[in-house]
Amino acid sequence: MSVVEIAGVVKRYAAQRVLDDVSLTIAEGEFFGLLGPSGSGKTTLLRAIAGFVAPEAGSIRIDAEDLTRVPVHRRGIGMVFQHYALFPHLSVFDNVAFGLAVRGTARAQVRARVQEMLRLVELESLVERRPAQLSGGQQQRVALARALVTRPRVLLLDEPLSALDKRLRLQMQVELRQIQREVGITTVFVTHDQEEALTLSDRIALLHEGRVVQCGAPAEVYERPRSVFAAQFLGAANFFAGRVAPDGDGESGAVDLDDGTRLFSAGTLPGPGQAVTLAVRPEKLLLGEGAPGGENVLSGTLVQAVYSGSSTAYYVQCGARQVTVFAQNRGEVRLEHGAAVSLSWSAADTVPLAPGEAG
Amino acid sequence: MRGAGATGWVVGAYLGAILVFLYLPIAVMVAMAFNESVLYELPLRFSTVWFERLAGNERLLQATLNSLGLALANTVIATALGTLAALAFARYTFRGRALLRVLLFPPITIPWLIIGTAMLVMFFWTGIGRGLHAMLLGHVALSLPYVIVVVGARLGSYGPELEEAAATLGATPLQTLLRVTLPVIAPGVVAAALFAFAVSFDQFVISYFLAPPGVSTLPVEIYSAIRKGFTPEINAVSSIIIVVSMGVLVLFARLYRFGGVGRGDAG
Repeated sequence: MSVVEIAGVVKRYAAQRVLDDVSLTIAEGEFFGLLGPSGSGKTTLLRAIAGFVAPEAGSIRIDAEDLTRVPVHRRGIGMVFQHYALFPHLSVFDNVAFGLAVRGTARAQVRARVQEMLRLVELESLVERRPAQLSGGQQQRVALARALVTRPRVLLLDEPLSALDKRLRLQMQVELRQIQREVGITTVFVTHDQEEALTLSDRIALLHEGRVVQCGAPAEVYERPRSVFAAQFLGAANFFAGRVAPDGDGESGAVDLDDGTRLFSAGTLPGPGQAVTLAVRPEKLLLGEGAPGGENVLSGTLVQAVYSGSSTAYYVQCGARQVTVFAQNRGEVRLEHGAAVSLSWSAADTVPLAPGEAG
Repeated sequence: MRGAGATGWVVGAYLGAILVFLYLPIAVMVAMAFNESVLYELPLRFSTVWFERLAGNERLLQATLNSLGLALANTVIATALGTLAALAFARYTFRGRALLRVLLFPPITIPWLIIGTAMLVMFFWTGIGRGLHAMLLGHVALSLPYVIVVVGARLGSYGPELEEAAATLGATPLQTLLRVTLPVIAPGVVAAALFAFAVSFDQFVISYFLAPPGVSTLPVEIYSAIRKGFTPEINAVSSIIIVVSMGVLVLFARLYRFGGVGRGDAG
């Protein structure tokens, strides 16, 4: 149970800043997701916590102990690698026992602890196997048991599920989270899969070009994106660019779009006349007028409807802009292409993006 | 299927021809080692007289001992140095790494005759002179590139992840080397050692140039024996070498199969 504090970490490769003044605090027992596209610096940050990457500036602390200059093997961390990195010449037992063996732990103690770990990941029956004789999911569990056996202060996961097929990945997500709760270990994991990040994390840090662009609980980051990038990376979004109504006092939340349409947002807007971009998730929009508190109404024509089982994506042309609507398939409402439709949604679901981060 | 049968027959015949071409001279030589006649007369009359004579040939025995000693010393030194160099190439970045890596290959491609001459000049000039020590230096220099390439290939089939994983588990760099890196590359190291042994044991040119009068190795001794007049004793000693080489080859093949499994493990 440990706290990880990352303060002002900078890392450059050649002239490029891979980590650009990153600061984060990860709480005790938290399952913390580092999310971002490739090249965002998320893996570099994880490797900096592990000690494989030396930051040029800033510090990394675990439980207030400064580890910035401490070599990897003395950091007291556990790590699961993307391709597991199991030792091919050792059995499952010896792989898991490795961390204890290098510490010179007594044999009887090693046996007990390894068995305890293998029970945790439900692999007791495979102790004699070599890694090559295991399935992907089994290798994953061995890697997890191996990382946890030394009771590390922090568990680091580098895209731990990306090498598994989808069905197994979903199953392992649940198990990983269960084991993490059972052990109660502070965990930092890297993923480029936004769904996985939303499902697993207590909190998410969204990285973009070496910076933390947003950090918070999954629902908070999803529902209240602060930038176009955050809104798009965590799912689909409709964007409306406009200016805060000059007559409004900010209280009304009125925003005039360039074509004169007036929308309302319940969020904090900049001063009257200032430019602002509003973001709305497609599932917040309702076809037809009748959204609860549907202050915002647009009308247009249906361009395309894409049916995908539980839901349908509707693409509606409203003047110069196309708006996306995700609707659950409840009744038998089938709309024809070219049908005139109206859309409504509430001001509460209309999120103003932070100025300067709209682009 | 009929077509495949005909093709099979042609392939079989071709393979047979190659085997005859490769092994017939060797078979003749081994047969003659057991022939009593000094003039290779047929019919063959079985005798081990040449092997007995061999036991009394001090020069040839001393040369064999020199060859074995050189080859073993060379194997130990070249394998140790070469493995460390391969590790440095594969896992560390340092100034001049790319250049050094390129410089490894010319010694493999430059004819041994030229390298031998160069070494002779160099050793004379520096005062190292000629002798077993100079021959050992020459052999090590010649076999190092082979060791580095063979061990490097094995290291290259693994990324640094295994060593990184060991470090996260608390292993010191030395523990990582002994418990992870070396066991994983062991098949490559053994193959490299066999290479180093063969390069030295087969070596004629360098040994010939660097041997002072009165000191010789087996290949050098065989060469001078042939010039003086070919006796079946040479056949006898060659037969022994063939048997030993075949033994080493079998060992090599077994290790390489083990190596194959090891590589599969990594996937």
